Amino acid sequence: MLDAQSDRPDQVPNRAGVGFKAQHLDGILKDPESIGWIEIHAENYMGDGGLPIAQLRHLRERFPVSCHGVGLSIGAEGPLDTDHLNRLKKLVDWLEPGLFSEHLAWSTHDSHFLNDLLPVPYTQATVDRVVEHINQVQDTLGRQMLLENPSTYVAFEESDRSEIDFLKEVASRSGCGLLLDVNNVFVSATNQNYSPEGYIDAFPTGLVGELHLGGHEADADDFGEPLLIDSHSRPVVDPVWALYEYTLAKAGPRPTLIEWDNDIPTWDVLAAEAARADRLLSAAPAEKAR
Amino acid sequence: MSTQPRFAEALLDPEQPVPDGVVDPQGRPAGKRFNVYRNNVVVSLIDAMETAFPVMRKLIGAENFRNLAGLYVRQHPPSSPLLMFYGADFPAFLDSFAPLAHVPYLPDMARLELARRHAYHAADAAPVAADALSRIAPDRLMQLRLTLAPAMQILPSRYPVVGIWEYNMVPDAPHPPAEAQIALVTRLAFDLQMQTVSPAMASFLNALHQGAPLDTAFDSASAQDSAFDLTAGIVLLLQSDLIVEIHL
Repeated sequence: MLDAQSDRPDQVPNRAGVGFKAQHLDGILKDPESIGWIEIHAENYMGDGGLPIAQLRHLRERFPVSCHGVGLSIGAEGPLDTDHLNRLKKLVDWLEPGLFSEHLAWSTHDSHFLNDLLPVPYTQATVDRVVEHINQVQDTLGRQMLLENPSTYVAFEESDRSEIDFLKEVASRSGCGLLLDVNNVFVSATNQNYSPEGYIDAFPTGLVGELHLGGHEADADDFGEPLLIDSHSRPVVDPVWALYEYTLAKAGPRPTLIEWDNDIPTWDVLAAEAARADRLLSAAPAEKAR
Repeated sequence: MSTQPRFAEALLDPEQPVPDGVVDPQGRPAGKRFNVYRNNVVVSLIDAMETAFPVMRKLIGAENFRNLAGLYVRQHPPSSPLLMFYGADFPAFLDSFAPLAHVPYLPDMARLELARRHAYHAADAAPVAADALSRIAPDRLMQLRLTLAPAMQILPSRYPVVGIWEYNMVPDAPHPPAEAQIALVTRLAFDLQMQTVSPAMASFLNALHQGAPLDTAFDSASAQDSAFDLTAGIVLLLQSDLIVEIHL
């Protein structure tokens, strides 16, 4: 098929990328080498037309794109919203992103969309449901998806296995890949009182197709224990950079996103975060077999 | 065990207890930890309302708007993950919101802000060439049906909604006139345009949009105003990139 799209850069490289915000468009186009790819939130490009979609079409000709869903509600107890899944298919069909990812979380109940990534108990019933939903997504889109580890603030009494055992079984049964959010590991490990390095040690890094880095805020719970909140509103903190290096040493380089969705900084600040990730990626050991 | 119905209800209702079985890592009740989710849901939706209704926010003040939006998001959580269209029930919510009844134009301002957002995200549609109508035989002109741009939005109001919008958003805009206004929102490429139109012009555009031929649309406008000028109507259609298809 020889059309204008055949020259588009498709594969998301082992470089730093950023979550695209319209206010950064000029900065990105002035210095396109400063990032290797962009990520978009699928739901922001589901209108019928207009400027956002035109900007994305323009960027797609120049950059590999990762498409990140925030509204599928894969962890929901109810069925997936097929209207929404079809909208996603329409977007993925024209965008042809190098990667597609969604969250291990739920966000819809009855007909309500709650606009947050809500936690699921780690049980066999949840595994079965999540596998069924991922199969439906992958069958509809005709491609593999990556499932992202969550940042969590609570635990469930009924959970009977670790998050990693949960993710391993889901990936093995559905054939999905994993998106490893290093900041989420740090946030959840702090909030749930386990070792973030231990989590990385146990994580099936061979299945990881993408890494995320982002900023969080610090609070405390009712008992004065540290409670970190995944806000995507600040620079990545040094302990998360250190955990990222630890991850790269085990996994080898992977496409790495800087997520900054609230209190959005100037392009220069975001580009500096991307440059820091790129330096660590260049220094990482060669890619391990996936 | 089904946990999500109770979890979801407690998220939107701060009076409800934290659901049973939701705990901290030591197995103690989650307490404040659960409130992180409550806060994320409500604050993110209030933020979405702020983005969607900037003039409303200016009219009643930033803090009042966040309080008002907080009431709205708990009563009308989104029904779709497409937050670009969130707030569709906001005008009706304001219609019956007694504490703001003394600012009677607020519901129409919310309608106008929604209409602008729908125009902004509407499908792209290339307009016909400027001379497309002049190339049609004069005796067939009045039988034409036109497909109008999907971005077109017409909002009639008893209040000067366009004037109030401009007064709040455009530097040095004049004080709004004391009159009823009909807003016409259109798009030139990706840029929103807004103007006021007469009731006759609104009838003309609405009739065309509903598929009526030009003569019927003209009759409908003339019924509103016997002096309605068809040429002015056609000039408006062309200058605003409103004609995307001509059906002979």
